[in-house]
Formats: sequence, structure tokens, C-alpha cells
Amino acid sequence: MSETLLEFKNVNVHYGAIHALKGVSFQAKKGEILTLIGANGAGKSTTLRAMSGMLKPSSGEVLFKGKRIDGTRADHLVAMGIGHAPEGRGIFANMTVEENLTLGAYLRKDKQEIQKDLEHVYELFPRVKERLWQVAGTLSGGEQQMVAIGRALMSRPEILLLDEPSLGLAPQIIEKIFEIIVKVNKEGMTIVLVEQNALLALEIAHHAVVLETGSAHTQGKASELLASDTIRKAYLGE
Amino acid sequence: MTEFIQHLVNGLGLGSMYALIALGYTMVFGILQLINFAHSDVYMLGAFFGYYVSKFFNLSLHPGYGSLSAALLCSMVGCAIVGFFIERFAYRPLRKSPRINVLITAVGVSLFLEFGGQLLFGADPKYFAPLLEPGEPIFIGGVQLNRIQLIVLGVSLALMLGLQFIIFKTKIGRAMRAVSFSHTNAALMGIPVDFVISFTFMLGSALAGAAGILVALTYPKIDPLMGMMFGLKAFVAAVVGGIGNVTGAVIGALIMGVAESMVIGYLASTYRDALAFAILIIILLFRPAGILGKNVKEKV
Ligand SMILES: Nc1ncnc2c1ncn2[C@@H]1O[C@H](COP(=O)(O)OP(=O)(O)O)[C@@H](O)[C@H]1O
Ligand SMILES: [Mg+2]
Repeated sequence: MSETLLEFKNVNVHYGAIHALKGVSFQAKKGEILTLIGANGAGKSTTLRAMSGMLKPSSGEVLFKGKRIDGTRADHLVAMGIGHAPEGRGIFANMTVEENLTLGAYLRKDKQEIQKDLEHVYELFPRVKERLWQVAGTLSGGEQQMVAIGRALMSRPEILLLDEPSLGLAPQIIEKIFEIIVKVNKEGMTIVLVEQNALLALEIAHHAVVLETGSAHTQGKASELLASDTIRKAYLGE
Repeated sequence: MTEFIQHLVNGLGLGSMYALIALGYTMVFGILQLINFAHSDVYMLGAFFGYYVSKFFNLSLHPGYGSLSAALLCSMVGCAIVGFFIERFAYRPLRKSPRINVLITAVGVSLFLEFGGQLLFGADPKYFAPLLEPGEPIFIGGVQLNRIQLIVLGVSLALMLGLQFIIFKTKIGRAMRAVSFSHTNAALMGIPVDFVISFTFMLGSALAGAAGILVALTYPKIDPLMGMMFGLKAFVAAVVGGIGNVTGAVIGALIMGVAESMVIGYLASTYRDALAFAILIIILLFRPAGILGKNVKEKV
């Protein structure tokens, strides 16, 4: 059994009166792809936000490498090794692609290594390299998603959080992006992948958590969930 | 024609002083969507910092570039510190409050500085002895320029170029643009958002401080309420240019300065203050987002 990199222990999150996460617990192991699936509004993005410091849980614990990180500022968590490509891509639409990517490396000072990582991002996404000097707001949705993922990689995270990278994209582009996700994972990156497209996500993930109205309904091996009748009925539209 | 150019040159000088203040309004608006009404009083404090530094070190006994630079520097640093404290203690605690609460606080801080200034400095105008002798006027094709006008234009231009450099060519500038686009997404890049906001206030306040010195050099009578009208016009300039837009603020301010100078030259100086509002009304009627402002839909 490989070691746990990130853990939720009985986490509750409230948006004012809305109880968005209701005592959610799960673990992400080092080196795996963990996918969070569930219907719209189930609390998937909320879970990621609680991981990256965008919001503070009302109770429970979030642990990263064994340390409590709930309540830690988002920018400090970037420094600790959490990279988050948020829902809606979070592109700085008024800046160039190059500026977006370098912002991902904002906290780093190792110029040569940053250059290396840029080259790596170009290798993963040749399309991004071609658009380097274009204002990011003028890119297609797929290209923006590539910039968002590339930018998150630029902080050299230990864990990469991806929020619905397939949203609104054409099937060929989705396929390409999922290929990259698998490739980045094979290079050793731990990934938490939020998806509404459960079938796709379960196909590439090692473990999965199914969220339903704020609770972790089922969790286990992705392959087992893929085979389970109830999951196929509820989430894969069969 | 010569007369027209003369008014134009005078107007550009006036406009560049408005610009230094308008930049602070527009940067703070860009990053917090807040109209920092206290900004015009920071400009007033800039003039007073210069006045007291100059008095304490007897700078006016040795007028010259050294004295002027010293006063300018002290005033910019002093105002940056004031700007830091205003954000830190008046606005930051209200970061998540309704817009109207912050707006009322801004008016409160402004009044506090104005009347605090009266209490501290006295309500009577003070004479800020010139830190630079006007020197022999220079004639360029019939247009007259004195040394002070040249310094005002030169210093403002240098500061504006410096600001442009910071915003577009440095790391902190890139962070400022990221934060003004989205606080949450900027934080996900590892950008310390609160620090960047503080920095923005300090930068804008330092420019206002410089304006305080340059205005005092041009009109040596200073008083604690001097920011009211001058600052208001700079604010109008920022709105005219498109609030939130740095280049727009400069354009708006130059338009304001030149228009005012023309009105003084060709009509009567009694209309100079009304003019600002006339321009504002025209802009709000025909281009409500300002000259370079984007027409942003009201957020729901
Ligand atoms: N900023 C917010 N303010 C209030 N409620 C929110 C906010 N974001 C999400 N919610 C609510 O929290 C629940 C979970 O949302 P979310 O995590 O975005 O779901 P998902 O990503 O799975 O679609 C939903 O009921 C949603 O309406
Ligand atoms: Mg979501």
C-alpha cells in the first residue's frame, strides 16, 4: 500500500446556510489518480476548494503529507505543493498565454528549472506553444483548458487538482486532454480529477469517490466501480 | 496660435498633476472595485509632508534639485505609509462587507484626514516656500515655459513611465494585474493577494504624494482641504478615462488639464471648476464606461 498524500477526515463545508459537504472522508494515495464523480451540485468543486485553501471547512480535518492544512491560505498551499486548475479554468483572460504560464511559477525562483518546466508544458501541449503571445481570452475552450493545466504544473506541485477539464469541449479535445492527464500521472504526479463525465474519469482513475448531495456515497477502486451495476445505473446512464 | 499652444502647454502641466492622483484612484478601483475617497487627502498630506520636511531641514534656504528631490522622496514615502495604514485598518476589515459599507468608510476616512489635518496643521493656508527657483523663462517659438513647469512635466512623465514599467514589466506588476482580474485565481497562483493590495495602495499613494509636492511647487499655498477640489477633478479624470484603466487615467487627466487651461485662457477662470463636472456629465451621457473603459455588464 502506497502512502497517503492527502486526506479528508469528516469534512464539513457550509456556504452560509447551505451545507455543501456533509462529513466527507477519503484519501488520495501518492502517485494515483483519484477521481471525484457525482451529479451537478454534489459538492465536487467544493471538495477541491477545501483542498486548495479557497475555502475553509466549518469542521473536520484536511491533511496534506500528514499536516493539517484546513484554514491555510491558498498561496501558502501552492508553496506546499498543491496545484489547482479550478472550475471554469480561471484563465487571466487579459494576459498573454506566456504571462499566464509564468504566473503559475510565481513563487519559484529557480529560473533554469522554470524554463525546463515550460519546455515540458510545451511538449505536453504543442498548441499552447504556438499561442504563447496570444491574449489568453481569445483562445478556444480546449486551448484555455490546456493553459490552465499547464499553468498549474508550472508551480511544480506534488498534487494536481483538476476541476472538470472536459467541460464544454469537443470529444477529440477531451480525449487529448485525458491522454495528457494519464501521461502526467505516469511521470509521477498525484492527481485528483473532478468529473461529471464519470465513465471517462473511471477509465483512467485508480480510485474513485462518488459524491451525492455533499456526502461520499461510495468509494473504492475505479475498476470495481466501473463494474458495479448500481454505479453504472446511477452515473453512467445505463 | 501661439496663445493656443501656450494654453495647451499649461494644460498639459496641470493635467500631468491630475494624472498622478488619478492613477491612484484607478489602480485601487481596478484591484478592489473601491472608490477610495481618502485618496485626495493623501495627496494633501503629501504637500504637508513636504512642507514640514522642508521646514525642519530648512530646505527652502537652499533651493535646488537636491532639496526638491529630498522633499519629493520623503513625501512619497510618507504617503505610501499612510496609504498602507488606510487599507490595512479601514478597508481590509470590510473586504467581505457590502459595497455601501466600504463606500461610507471611504468617505469617513476622507473626512477624518481633512478635519484631522485642520486640527493638526491648522485650518489657515500655509505658504510652502519654493524648493526650486522658477529661473529665467525659456521661450520656444513664442511659448513661454519656466523651470518649474518643466520639472512638473518631467517628474510626472518619469513617474508615469516608472509606473508603466512596474505594472507591465515586473513580477509584482504582473501580480497586480492578476489580482485585479480575480482575487481567488491569483491566490491559486501562489500570489499573496493581501500583500499585492497593500502594495497597490502604497504605489498609488506615493504618486499622490509626488503630486502634492509638484502642486505646491506650482501653487505654494497649501491647506488641509486642498485635496477636495483638486482630488475630485483627478477622480473625474479617472472616470473620464475609464476607471480601472491606467492609460485611461492619464488620458482623462490630460484632457481635464488642457480643457481647464483653455477655459481659463479663453473664457474665465471662474468656470474652471464647473468644467470638470460638465466633462463628467458629457462622458456619463455618451460613454458611461469612460474613454478606454470596457462596457462591463453590471454583475448580478
Ligand atoms: N459560492 C457558493 N455560494 C453558495 N452556494 C454554493 C457556492 N458554490 C457552491 N454552492 C452550492 O454548494 C453545493 C455544491 O456545489 P459544487 O461543489 O459547486 O458542486 P459540483 O462541483 O459537484 O457541481 C451546491 O448545492 C451549490 O449550489
Ligand atoms: Mg463543479
